[in-house]
Amino acid sequence: MNVLAHAAPHWAGRLNDARINMSHGSGGRAMRALIEDVFVAAFDNPSLNALEDQAQISLADLARHGDRLAFTTDTFVVDPLFFPGGDIGTLAVAGTVNDLAMSGARPLFLSCSVVLEEGLDVDILRRVVASMKQVADQAGVAIVTGDTKVVERGAADKLFVNTAGIGVVPSGVTISASQARPGDVIIVNGVLGDHGTAILIARNQLALEADVASDCQPLDGLVAAMLAACPAIHCLRDATRGGVATVLNEFAQASNVGIRIRENALPLREEVKGACEILGLDPLYLANEGKLVAVVAAADADRVLTAMRAHPAGSGAVAIGEVTERPAGMVVLQTGFGGERIVDMLVGEQLPRIC
Amino acid sequence: MKYIDEFRDPVKAQALLGEIRGLTATISRTRTQPLQIMEVCGGHTHSIFRYGIQQMLPDELEFVHGPGCPVCVLPMGRVDDCVALAERPDVIFSTFGDAMRVPGSRKSLLKAKADGADVRMVYSPLDALTIARKHPEREVIFFGLGFETTMPSTALTVIEARRQGIRNFSLFCNHITIVPTIKAILDSPDLRLDGFLGPGHVSMVIGTTIYEFVARHYHKPITIAGFEPLDVLHALWMVLKQIAEGRCEVENQYGRVVPAGGNPRALAAINEVYELREFFEWRGLGSIDHSGVRLRENYAEYDAERKFGVPNIRIADPKACQCGEVLKGVIKPRQCKVFGAACTPETPLGSLMVSSEGACAAYYNYGRINAAEPLADVDVDA
Repeated sequence: MNVLAHAAPHWAGRLNDARINMSHGSGGRAMRALIEDVFVAAFDNPSLNALEDQAQISLADLARHGDRLAFTTDTFVVDPLFFPGGDIGTLAVAGTVNDLAMSGARPLFLSCSVVLEEGLDVDILRRVVASMKQVADQAGVAIVTGDTKVVERGAADKLFVNTAGIGVVPSGVTISASQARPGDVIIVNGVLGDHGTAILIARNQLALEADVASDCQPLDGLVAAMLAACPAIHCLRDATRGGVATVLNEFAQASNVGIRIRENALPLREEVKGACEILGLDPLYLANEGKLVAVVAAADADRVLTAMRAHPAGSGAVAIGEVTERPAGMVVLQTGFGGERIVDMLVGEQLPRIC
Repeated sequence: MKYIDEFRDPVKAQALLGEIRGLTATISRTRTQPLQIMEVCGGHTHSIFRYGIQQMLPDELEFVHGPGCPVCVLPMGRVDDCVALAERPDVIFSTFGDAMRVPGSRKSLLKAKADGADVRMVYSPLDALTIARKHPEREVIFFGLGFETTMPSTALTVIEARRQGIRNFSLFCNHITIVPTIKAILDSPDLRLDGFLGPGHVSMVIGTTIYEFVARHYHKPITIAGFEPLDVLHALWMVLKQIAEGRCEVENQYGRVVPAGGNPRALAAINEVYELREFFEWRGLGSIDHSGVRLRENYAEYDAERKFGVPNIRIADPKACQCGEVLKGVIKPRQCKVFGAACTPETPLGSLMVSSEGACAAYYNYGRINAAEPLADVDVDA
């Protein structure tokens, strides 16, 4: 019998402070109140509620889902904390869930560590934690362990979040960036560059206004639907920082193949196109937080696309190109204008052009 | 996207390309060398590579990528001056984004920022003025660079600073002017150019009649061109038609933006604030007479050079760099000894590798389609 299952939430601590102060990281009553009233109250699961130093997970339960553990971690430092379509909390859960899902794994458990800057509004933290809980529920994962640290004002920017996650890869599923083969089809699950554009606009340095929200969403459900339609997906990666261009370059290099994509096939919102035109940015390099790039055998492509389009996270799924033999290790874009160009890895940050 | 897609229509492009092929074939009958057309502007270089225009053209027709990328022609010494200003503890140094990565002899502004200098990327010089208003206790310097395209906005910012009585704002003026530069290129003894695509947004400010000397004195055709891919092809077709018909004229393809007389209000602002320098140092091209501007005496209090005693560092271009020959069209980027080997976008030696508008960076990023062969050993000694 699982003892933890009977451990009811006990709200011993109430957090009455409006702002985080150094005592919330001191290990004493203030910290206990913060953990219980903000984190345990929101995430609410037996393992966390037990307030042990670790979560204990049954190996037998894990083994029912597959034969390999997937394990990943990611740290989130976004500015601003809140933006149209999400916040640092939605990113922190969706990001780690997606990193697990890209192996085909079923994501199961997450940790949540936060670094809080002295002076942070507790309400901000509560909002972020509520977002984490909402996305965790959506993805069917439990946040079972965590940590909080408080640093002095100026030593961190408001709030940093780290999540680590474990999931289980079903037997027989082997997805890897090195498995792209000439003739394979490249698929994305919808419009590109929304997250990057939403963040640029939310930073408000550009005096640009556009109705673009982050695409932040967990993709585990979509991946499960894709695997049900076609267990032999060759490559899968979420196109976060560096965008689709970076993922395609990683595939081309790891598989030593060429990749050809068609500019006209790239799904882009008019607003994203417009922002890129004005700023001289390339949407292929803009970050996404709910978009994946899949490589599948040509014979499987239609089946996978149909399965994706039937899922809410994949309703905009389209094929954007093919894998070729040459030029090995490179990505080539067929421009809508009729020419071709190389799409390379980005050197540094994309910087707006002067004129 | 409306008003954009119309200028990227592949069907119209094919029609123009057919005409361009025909004209090139006619002209090439009496020639042994390929036709060389220089696009002066970095914006054109960017479009040519972004849309893959070069590969659509016949082999007998080449683009030569001119000096019109302001970041690319900035000498190392000026970057060192920027870094020296930025490293002053009382200074907030503000700049356009793509100037951040240009290497100085010690470091780039990006590195200076990492080392603790307060360097801020802005999107308009007026943003720098706003920073100055918010931080009256700090000196805010804006790094003004670019041709006549960006000159009016920095001039108006200086005028605005005076109007608002802001005293902690100054301009580190590195503006350059296009006409003396075209002249210097036309005067170079190893020149082989057959014609020009004239700058688009510079001409929006300075107009088209100013280029008459190119046609009259140097007998080269020039067509002011827009930046969309159809603009570039259309303007190219116009230049080729001039060559085929034995004409040398200033033509304007970008009439929807560029009036013959330019923009009088922008010119008035430039004239109010700036005066020509006797000479200005260009990366790769050396010193060119009257090719730069500085603030007039009347605006001396807004001149960072006068206010802070800029070190005025002069650094010779790295010896191995052949940026100058690339800029003049004497060699192609790939023919430079260090292209793709010692000089890459990650570690640029020459500034042409720094900005996405630089000919070398454009070649490196977009131009390696047929590069089954490795980069470093392609016709280095041609």
